[in-house]
Amino acid sequence: MNLYAVCAIYRFEMARAGRTLMQSIISPVISTSLYFVVFGAAIGSRIPETHGISYGAFLVPGLIMLSLLTQSIANASFGIYFPKFTGTIYELLSAPVSYLELVVSYVGAAATKSVILGLIILATAGLFVPLQVAHPLWMLLFLVLTSVTFSLFGFIIGIWADGFEKLQIIPLLIITPLTFLGGSFYSIDILPPFWQTAALFNPVVYLISGFRWSFYGIADVSVGISLAMTIGFLALFTAIVAWIFKTGYRIKA
Amino acid sequence: MQPIITISNLSKSYASGFQALKGVNLEIRRGEIFALLGPNGAGKTTLISTICGIVNPSEGRILVDGHDIVTDYRAARAMIGLVPQELTTDAFESVWATVSFSRGLFGKRKNPAYIEEVLKALSLWDKKDNRIMTLSGGMKRRVLIAKALSHEPSILFLDEPTAGVDVELRQDMWQLVRSLQERGVTIILTTHYIDEAEEMADRIGVIRKGEIILVDEKAELMRKLGKKQLTLQLEAPLESIPSELGGYELDLANGRSELVYTYDAQGERSGILALLQALNAAGIRFKDLQTTQSSLEDIFVSLVRERK
Repeated sequence: MNLYAVCAIYRFEMARAGRTLMQSIISPVISTSLYFVVFGAAIGSRIPETHGISYGAFLVPGLIMLSLLTQSIANASFGIYFPKFTGTIYELLSAPVSYLELVVSYVGAAATKSVILGLIILATAGLFVPLQVAHPLWMLLFLVLTSVTFSLFGFIIGIWADGFEKLQIIPLLIITPLTFLGGSFYSIDILPPFWQTAALFNPVVYLISGFRWSFYGIADVSVGISLAMTIGFLALFTAIVAWIFKTGYRIKA
Repeated sequence: MQPIITISNLSKSYASGFQALKGVNLEIRRGEIFALLGPNGAGKTTLISTICGIVNPSEGRILVDGHDIVTDYRAARAMIGLVPQELTTDAFESVWATVSFSRGLFGKRKNPAYIEEVLKALSLWDKKDNRIMTLSGGMKRRVLIAKALSHEPSILFLDEPTAGVDVELRQDMWQLVRSLQERGVTIILTTHYIDEAEEMADRIGVIRKGEIILVDEKAELMRKLGKKQLTLQLEAPLESIPSELGGYELDLANGRSELVYTYDAQGERSGILALLQALNAAGIRFKDLQTTQSSLEDIFVSLVRERK
């Protein structure tokens, strides 16, 4: 194991986050705060409580998930796409570094940033609504697992993308709609029966449901299924990454 | 001595079907400066990229100091430093950070003293805290060299290192290459400036259309393929070469006012004396004479043309 290399890449990526603090931390915090102001305080006061929880508080896990998914993907995809774009990937490919080490360092750094971001948003939310976390360890588990899983997904997108617009397409066309429709802003049991069934085909429902359960003990689907789905995604993306490196897809001629 | 790099039967075909390398066999000797010459698109960069692990070989095998570049890539790559042809650098990092990053990437413990030495040798020390994007092209080239040297490689690849570089940097670079060689580093370079290869290299390889068409000691190459010419400036232009001089390889040049005699530099007898006597006998007088020897460039151009 080339630990020096893993540390070098990890530090490099974290330093990048430090330089782009505005983009990676402050802007998600501001947009999340706006959600709280608009939906939590302004509109939320007119929305009845869900399962005995104020609408503002109900929003917290979903909003954290929303940021977590988009930022994990954005961070990890950019992290690996940029060296491809500038050509500095030559150095990574010529270094005595295994593919596993590359993934661990890039995905690890992106996931770390997401976890930090999630915790910052959580703290920000605490300023707007009364918070309770019923199962803190589960909360952390979901936070970390989701960050890792979607950083891995971002890594795949970053390797697949051959232009800046492709980096945006999947987060914009798939992740954001799925998150908005996946119960970030509502419990799926308020939907008509048909759409409740349809919603179960949306993988993000399971992520948000499990995460929300760790806060309030309420869930759209059982927490075991949520965990299984999260791990399932992790396994799927890991398999895709393994295939990418085995074939050299879009990295190595 | 065992060669430091052994390339056997290496072929590379890209997905487009283009065959960049065709059955290349090449050995690089420990501690030498090897110059790889070839026209654009001949496969120089593909060959270097394959050895360094950036391009997958389609066929064949490469050993770096006995380590297979595929199965034992860690040991092989740890020995190699690569300075790529393009100025591909990070933009926002400082010089110090990017060079230290390279050292870590190649699995070496931090060594600020060594990095300092490298930066000073490349006149980058006073720029160490500058962002790379603020540097000039020549300075970026120096940064790439510093990155390649950051992990103390025993083999250094320089892919067109002096393309678009000013005279000062060229000289600095060659001085650096010489001092690295003195420390036992093997250097493989590609260049467009053949005079540099002529000046620097111990051995020369010529690659054309993915095939190594020739590898030889530089001195041997120039001796074998070099031609000498004797140019005589005539007092009066000649209409044609007199028939009594038909036994010599003669040409008229410069508006028939010069007679050029081409002879074999390694031949036992140059035939100059006999020619001069024959000229005298034919009553042809000359004002001046000079001899020239073909440069590596002439040899290279004739080699590449010959095989077209």
